[in-house]
Amino acid sequence: MTRYLIPLVIFGVLVVFLAIGLGRDPHEVPSPLINKAAPAFKLPQLKDPSKSFSAEEMRGRVWLLNVWASWCISCRDEHPLLIEYARGGAVPIYGLNYKDKPEDALAWLGELGDPYVLSVSDLDGRIGIDYGVYGAPETYLIDQQGVIRFKQIGPVTPDVWRKSILPLAQELNRQGSTR
Amino acid sequence: MINSLRYLSVFRVSAVVFSNGHRSNPGDADEAEGGLFKILLSVVLICSASIVVSAQLRRPVSNDPPDPAVEQRLAKLSQELRCLVCQNETLADSRADLAEDLRDEIRTQIRAGKSDQEIIGFLTQRYGDFILYRPPVRPKTYLLWFGPFVLLLAGLALLFRYVKRRRDMIEEQPLSKADRAQVEKLLSSASRKEIV
Repeated sequence: MTRYLIPLVIFGVLVVFLAIGLGRDPHEVPSPLINKAAPAFKLPQLKDPSKSFSAEEMRGRVWLLNVWASWCISCRDEHPLLIEYARGGAVPIYGLNYKDKPEDALAWLGELGDPYVLSVSDLDGRIGIDYGVYGAPETYLIDQQGVIRFKQIGPVTPDVWRKSILPLAQELNRQGSTR
Repeated sequence: MINSLRYLSVFRVSAVVFSNGHRSNPGDADEAEGGLFKILLSVVLICSASIVVSAQLRRPVSNDPPDPAVEQRLAKLSQELRCLVCQNETLADSRADLAEDLRDEIRTQIRAGKSDQEIIGFLTQRYGDFILYRPPVRPKTYLLWFGPFVLLLAGLALLFRYVKRRRDMIEEQPLSKADRAQVEKLLSSASRKEIV
């Protein structure tokens, strides 16, 4: 009996491992930046390049940094959701316009609407490298101390928003206000 | 790029020719087979064309004249690093935008006199160990590094046990005197025949 059982058990284990492997997205690489300080940057603003914006200015606030570009197809999918969430006002969304032509980026925002408090231009993608960006869109939730608490690789989905980003942002805001 | 496009169109023509040849055979099955063959052929050809393209387009982005020593270190280093966009390619081979940016970044850091260790540290800090093709040995990766050897040893142990059990099952049967005499007689008669 065991003679027939052993191969069956091995087969079963193999199937379980393969099934788990199939369900995972190999493009989702765990970011080493989670729970680390968000890399500092000071970049010109997209709408007014004479003004700059730095991550430092957001100290004491919970905010989202969304990496986007007009050439990025998934960003287009994500965009209506961001507009909806920005309107909700739970957490301010800032944009990092990654390796884009400012005129294309501005046209894109004009056409599809602008969910961002403001966007900054990372023309050569150097700040993107600091943030470990490898596939726009990517979204970082950053807390009052400037620590990255969550990173979404690929478009933010309603599921991710409801289950991860929103609860975590609300929790952080609650902690911040009692401190 | 233009060259590779030309390659592609040549391939397209040959694929069409192939499928037309098939069409002269009557019957639907042949048609379907020809279609599949055409698809397979185009896949193979498009893949080979992209190899041609990647060989043509690898060049530094910056305008400075390439420094052979820097380029050599970059080539060696980037062979060990994964391109995160197309994950089965090294940073050296990849044509992805990010790979080009990272190669440029490494180039700048080499010029600035950073050691290989420092550069790899810079990259893993941002992209994690995943960027390394050779993951570091640490408790989390023990299974990856030592798992195959454990499996090999387990396999050997099982094999030995099995062989030993088989051997124990066979009982040695010593020859009786009469058998031995018969064997010797047979052997000697056989060798005599061979000589004759």
